Amino acid sequence: MINVIDIKKGLDINLKGKAAPEAKSTSYFEDWSMTSSDYYGLVSKVMVREGSPVQAGTTLMIDKNHPEIRFVSAVSGTVTDIVRGDKRKLLNILVKVDLKTEFLKFPIENPLDMTGQAVKARLCEAGLWPYIKQRPYDIIANPEKKPRSIFVSGFDTAPLAPDYTYILKGQSADLQTGLNALTRLTDGAVYLSISADSLSIELLSAQKVVTCQFKGKHPAGNVGVQINHISPINKGEVVWTMNVLDVLFIGRLFNKGVVDLTRLVAVTGPEVVRPEYVRCKPGTPLRAIVDGNVHKEIPLRFVNGNALSGTRTELDGYLSAYASQLTVLHEGSEIHELAGWVMPRFRLFSSSRTYFTWLRKLLYPDRAFEADTRVLGGERALIMSGEYDKVFPMDILPEQLVRACLTEDLEKMEQLGIYEVAPEDFALCEYSCTSKIEVQRIIREALDLLKKENDD
Amino acid sequence: MKPAFSEGGKLSALHSVFQGFEAFLFVPDQTSRSGVHIHDSIDSKRIMFWVILALVPCLLFGMYNTGYQHYLAIGLLDSIGFWQVFGWGVLAVLPYIMVSYAVGLGIEFISAQIKKEEIQEGFLVTGLLIPLILPIGIPLWMVAVATAFSVIFAKEVFGGTGYNVFNVALVTRAFLFFSYPSKMSGDNVWITLKDYFGFGQPVAAIDGFSGATPLGQAAIATGDVINFTGISGEPMTWWDMFFGLIPGSIGETSTLAIFLGAIFLIATGVASWKIIVSVFTGGISTILVFNLFAANAYMEVPFWEQICLGGFAFGAVFMATDPVTASRTETGKWIYGLLIGVIAMIIRVLNPAYPEGMMLAILLMNIFAKLIDYYVVQHNIKKRLRRTSLSTKVN
Repeated sequence: MINVIDIKKGLDINLKGKAAPEAKSTSYFEDWSMTSSDYYGLVSKVMVREGSPVQAGTTLMIDKNHPEIRFVSAVSGTVTDIVRGDKRKLLNILVKVDLKTEFLKFPIENPLDMTGQAVKARLCEAGLWPYIKQRPYDIIANPEKKPRSIFVSGFDTAPLAPDYTYILKGQSADLQTGLNALTRLTDGAVYLSISADSLSIELLSAQKVVTCQFKGKHPAGNVGVQINHISPINKGEVVWTMNVLDVLFIGRLFNKGVVDLTRLVAVTGPEVVRPEYVRCKPGTPLRAIVDGNVHKEIPLRFVNGNALSGTRTELDGYLSAYASQLTVLHEGSEIHELAGWVMPRFRLFSSSRTYFTWLRKLLYPDRAFEADTRVLGGERALIMSGEYDKVFPMDILPEQLVRACLTEDLEKMEQLGIYEVAPEDFALCEYSCTSKIEVQRIIREALDLLKKENDD
Repeated sequence: MKPAFSEGGKLSALHSVFQGFEAFLFVPDQTSRSGVHIHDSIDSKRIMFWVILALVPCLLFGMYNTGYQHYLAIGLLDSIGFWQVFGWGVLAVLPYIMVSYAVGLGIEFISAQIKKEEIQEGFLVTGLLIPLILPIGIPLWMVAVATAFSVIFAKEVFGGTGYNVFNVALVTRAFLFFSYPSKMSGDNVWITLKDYFGFGQPVAAIDGFSGATPLGQAAIATGDVINFTGISGEPMTWWDMFFGLIPGSIGETSTLAIFLGAIFLIATGVASWKIIVSVFTGGISTILVFNLFAANAYMEVPFWEQICLGGFAFGAVFMATDPVTASRTETGKWIYGLLIGVIAMIIRVLNPAYPEGMMLAILLMNIFAKLIDYYVVQHNIKKRLRRTSLSTKVN
């Protein structure tokens, strides 16, 4: 029997532009990019030169601090440019894409017959290691450490999140092989969290993992919340986390012997004309994915990921390594709203009952909301209390933790559970904050500080 | 117009005033830089404005009651109409509101200018609360001095809105209460007999006039039973106290109007219902204990009368719920509210020196709010520590 964990707190933001379950291909494109900033905190060393021919799976760069962690090309072609910024910091590695993708060949093997070390080495060699993250610190996992357990989130509850059931359809074999590989990496359990109303045969039939069902609003799909409810991280422990869609890449590596990073990306948001899925790889130019499918008459913001924790990019940017969702929003900087703070603002969503969101949800439960990227207020000191609590379903006092982070009180941070969290867990706190405090940035900086102090 | 106010412009000395008005009237067009790309439409301006909306019933009723008590005291109530009574009250109360806002916002503007920050809207609520918790007879210059004192020493020196330890409006009242006791308590401060909307020469009161509030009557009562009376000597029923046509501070007499505000605040989620409920729970249970012992007449007053007296209800709904000075943890809010209710009633009933305990109870708990939070936070920390030591034992 699977136990169902009920997440009581949280907030579902019902935005316009949910992707319809239809997949199409990108339009034609020639340039592909590996973007260094996709990998947080990475100090990179480039392993190719301009003019080098690459295949899908060829190493483009490595991590200077952990040279065994490689970052590989998702396409085959020729390196055209290595773009650097200030202090020669690597920005992009650009590749001119071949018409037909050539794959670097890896042995086809059953991970269950391999040792943990061998699986680890294979994942590093094939450039799939960066998809495994670790907590504390929410960074690429340190391959030298042994995790207490591995957590795989099998659903996403963020605004306009892609439907994993749809994406995973027919990929049972790759999913199971990927999960098998993960079981070799830890002495503890591999936990797979799925939504309580998931009908995905692929997820429900997964073997060799501990399946946990979750019920509730966003952020129930965040792996951090799931860890906190299944088996919280204690000081000194390390756990690894992974998104189930990335587990498919591992499955393909062992089943087919190739690095095939093709995924279905949900193109979503109020400003998308026909929200749908696009079959593409990380590093694909946004222009080819969006392909004119947006409202052009207003300034737009393109977000790699969801509207709460995604990263900002431009139309001439590229799909991020981790994104299986693109969100297109109205920038809104041209709006000059007179006394907006007393207006009813029917078209915008609010978690506050001083707006009529609750009434609109009651009258038209299916009608979604518009949004723009305005902050909608000035930054203030923390005034309202209990706001973060309502959207933070972990056994952690969010406001107190944020305050400890602001004052850089390392001991307090540890005591209040900083090792268990990632910035994305605080996205809803930041969204509903009356004082408009940049909570995710504060948590990120605190994690960086702590990592530096602990020297690991 | 904007360039004249920016750095180096002709009117740059007033830049924060200009920005204040611009930010006040328009929604900032700034878009998110880091973190979330969409924000909730709620902001602190709306929160403050919603508290002001919740105060409107108290304000309007207080204005009417000021006129009503005045005309009742001089014996002309029967000969004039509703609008004249209300209009008289409006004109009598308005100067207090104007003085409070002018002084408080003036200081906020200046300190925003010095700190080169945006003007913060916290005083919009405080500035309206101050007149509502004062007696109508108090001279305007005292209000100005007290407001200036509390905005500077209870708020700005702590760092401004969001950093103050004490409720600013209550500090204003406490300042007046201890500096000018003769203008803040007693029988003669609650009703103005002065003819020109609280100014000019006082006119003669009716025979048998007594300006004592029910709370004042209770504090000095002798004998076995307290007989509350109105200012003209007629007996006062519970309904009178609840409806609020009685002497008292401007905004606090009508428990009905306060309840309307409370329903609005709780329904919109602006104030913590936990604090409001727990203050009343604390107060009522203390009275029940007093009723049990019933050593004197004051201890026998039933709770439905007690909560309508003085500033208890107003303090519970509008003062204790100030999120900055209250406990910030959810468990802490229950304890904080309960203790306010208990202490307010103890001071009120057992200490004859202070007829009203609510102000002191809230100010006292403002100090202890942080201590309560400390223990709630320690509880969470201990739980995490225990978890760690358990898991190391297993390993």
